[in-house]
Amino acid sequence: MDDFLAARSQMALSLGFHIIFSCIGMVMPFFMAVSHYLYLKTNKIVYRNITNAWSKGVAIFFATGAVSGTVLSFELGLLWPKFMLHAGPIFGMPFSLEGTAFFIEAIALGFFLYGWDRFNKWFHWFTGVVVGVSGLLSGILVVAANAWMNSPTGFDYIDGKYLNIDPIAAMFNDAWFSQALHMCIAAFAATGFAVAGVHSLMILKKQSIDFHTKSFKIAAIFGTIAAVLQPLSGDISAKFVAKNQPAKLAAMEAHFETEKSASLIIGGIPNIEEKKVDYAIKIPGVLSFMAHGDFNAKVTGLNDIPKENQPPVAITHYAFQIMVGIGMLLMAISLAYFIALWKKKNWLQQKWLLQLFVLATPLGFIAVEAGWTVTEVGRQPWIIKGIMRTADAVTPMPGIAYSFYLFSAVYVSLSIIVAFMLYRQIKMVPKLYDLP
Amino acid sequence: MLYVVMFFLWTAILLYLILGGADFGAGILELFTSDKNKSKTRKTMYRAIGPIWEANHMWLIIAIVILFVGFPSIYTTMSTYMHIPLLLMLLGIIARGTAFTFRHYDAVKDEMQHIYNKIFVYSSFITPLFLGIIAGGTVARRIDTDANNFVDAYVMSWFNVFSFSVGLFTVAICGFLAAVFIIGQTTDETEKQRFIKKAKFFNVAAVIAGGLVFLASVYEKIPLINWVFDNTVGVVAFTLATISVVILWMIWNSKYTNIMRVLAGFQVTMILLITTWKHYPNIVLLKNGNHLSLLEEQGNAKTIEALGWALLLGSIFILPTLVYLIYSFQKKSPKTA
Ligand code: HDD
Ligand code: HEM
Ligand code: HEM
Repeated sequence: MDDFLAARSQMALSLGFHIIFSCIGMVMPFFMAVSHYLYLKTNKIVYRNITNAWSKGVAIFFATGAVSGTVLSFELGLLWPKFMLHAGPIFGMPFSLEGTAFFIEAIALGFFLYGWDRFNKWFHWFTGVVVGVSGLLSGILVVAANAWMNSPTGFDYIDGKYLNIDPIAAMFNDAWFSQALHMCIAAFAATGFAVAGVHSLMILKKQSIDFHTKSFKIAAIFGTIAAVLQPLSGDISAKFVAKNQPAKLAAMEAHFETEKSASLIIGGIPNIEEKKVDYAIKIPGVLSFMAHGDFNAKVTGLNDIPKENQPPVAITHYAFQIMVGIGMLLMAISLAYFIALWKKKNWLQQKWLLQLFVLATPLGFIAVEAGWTVTEVGRQPWIIKGIMRTADAVTPMPGIAYSFYLFSAVYVSLSIIVAFMLYRQIKMVPKLYDLP
Repeated sequence: MLYVVMFFLWTAILLYLILGGADFGAGILELFTSDKNKSKTRKTMYRAIGPIWEANHMWLIIAIVILFVGFPSIYTTMSTYMHIPLLLMLLGIIARGTAFTFRHYDAVKDEMQHIYNKIFVYSSFITPLFLGIIAGGTVARRIDTDANNFVDAYVMSWFNVFSFSVGLFTVAICGFLAAVFIIGQTTDETEKQRFIKKAKFFNVAAVIAGGLVFLASVYEKIPLINWVFDNTVGVVAFTLATISVVILWMIWNSKYTNIMRVLAGFQVTMILLITTWKHYPNIVLLKNGNHLSLLEEQGNAKTIEALGWALLLGSIFILPTLVYLIYSFQKKSPKTA
């Protein structure tokens, strides 16, 4: 494996790993805050048990998220020193604010996890909310940094020099809002469906029914609301990408020729040689509408983008299809759930609805990974769009392949252990929490 | 603002050394505890560091973020030439942080505990060792930006007796900090005596390792002795640190456990002061005689300005809550249980 590819793979691996834990770290505190609130209001012990059970899971995820995040802040320099040399002072603002947000999160977590029966109960509840809010805030801030790589602003690039740096303008770059919004909703959708899925499985297995039904409901409500909003915010993202990064949009859609009234391509296998997509469903005009809000608008194709500036088409296209496909599916499940809640109460007793949720357990996270693949691979060959190429940013140190293998081994083992621990937590629910 | 930022950088490193160090030390103590006392030690330690361990490690993130936002060339030079020890340190951080949490939160307590413990204690040793190696390497004038082969550029930059001695010294300091911290944490007298013994042991170890650092610096032709003794600040700090060690040895058996902690923290502060004062503002010394200076390598004035404000505002939120967190878990015991 050559060093450049290894560096990219290691970055992708580390980020792909971290994002799972950060989504959970951002969202679970809100679930806990709800069950904790219900406990304080109703005094039903089951809600306290749910809060406790979740908080153990969260502690595991949080620690893993924190160490993988620590690794990332070093990896930016270990793998991309030439990028950080110039980008650090420009896009660093969100990171320095994020430091504060993390700190507050870590402190609040200390209060929350160890604070049962030590503090005023509402103060204790509030620290849980602070964990969630500061987690969400740090998520928004890092995504703003990433958005800057997609739409670099806040400096003038003259003769290879980065002048007139304005870190605040860089933070509020054009992409930050659409990306941060989409990411936050995605975190709720992914975590909501994952948690709801696990609890629905336990309900189907008829274990600790009360405990799991109540947990399911909290997670499902968050997840389904997010899943309905997700395509809407995805549309905002797509419109922005069309304007800001036509090359990425063309790759997402495997759209080879610039044309008016372009058709939306669903599925299919991009055929790079013949510049077409085999076996795809095409809906005329819809791509133009999605990208620019007008069925007749012109959509730039890959043919208008110099070969050396084109992102990898196949990966980007597949990843986008996966994300959108899952987005539609999750939205459909969510709508079914809403109907069940309001109109057809009897659906809630039926197996198929729960089975759908079980099926959807991993889907949100798969969509998150796919979405990030679209964003990151679709930006290639640029690390800073239009300014610096990824290949020019990579560390001069040879032998990165070995460090990639090492990290792969570490992350694979960690994933196995975390999964194993989670399995044990769930298995222990009847013993620990199913008291009358 | 540049000075505010530099102050935060220095303070973040210091606090990481003290708080994170005590944290690593907890694992190092466990490594040096006989099997029959291990589980008791572990319980006392967990009570002491559980609630704050996550926050302790944030200081490292703060320091790193200050470096890459404010002084990018220092960050990138370090991460290029210290790639290997940084990588090993990161593996230590991953292993340690996860093992610490896993062993506490695993719902079933079985033989897996044994594995978590092993990972925890060894990574508690490895991580500060490499931290020290990196710190030693930055001032050892071994980073060769003109090197044209792998070994000279990426191995010789840190692979030397001096760096390793600094690593061992760091490990000893961590063990010392943890032991002193925990003395005040236990009410049981035999247990307390055990930790006093440990603290003495690690204090002696630190002095020996410190001596080793001096010897190594002579061997590697690093003018460490000059840095310490040819300026007033160095001499005064060294003297104060020595006096505080003497005081500490006089009060081991007293009830002034908080004073012991302050003295231990003070010693570490003096050590960091001594080692950074003389070559301030240069924090990385290169083989070709050049250096990277905090005053010259600032990335961008406007960014430093914003960074300084961010740090000041952040600390308004962070410091009081952090102090309250530490205070609550020191003073308040649970109402029930
Ligand atoms: C639960 C996860 C999830 C779901 C169901 C969707 N997305 Fe998404 N999407 C993400 C999770 C995600 C993400 C992982 O969070 C990304 C990566 C970067 C970002 O900001 O969000 C993303 C990126 C992303 C981008 C690229 C943004 C950029 O590069 O700046 C577009 C155009 C869309 N999404 C569009 C959609 C559409 C039209 C969806 C319709 C259903 C959709 N997404 C569902
Ligand atoms: C956590 C969610 C994220 C995921 C899953 C993710 C995924 C990826 C992937 C797949 C790549 C490799 C692209 C390629 O080389 O083909 C990559 C590269 C990279 N990402 Fe991200 N990314 C995420 C967020 C971020 C954020 C928030 C930042 C920075 C603030 C960032 C910075 C980078 C950098 C510097 C590279 C290497 C250069 C490049 O390949 O362009 N990423 N990421
Ligand atoms: C879209 C991408 C990202 C999101 C949404 C995100 C979000 C989060 C969240 C919510 C946490 C809190 C820990 C947890 O709950 O598990 C966290 C931890 C962390 N993240 Fe990320 N992150 C992202 C990418 C990155 C990148 C690119 C870096 C580094 C450059 C990074 C650095 C960190 C660090 C250092 C921590 C540890 C903080 C602690 O100790 O509490 N993150 N991240």
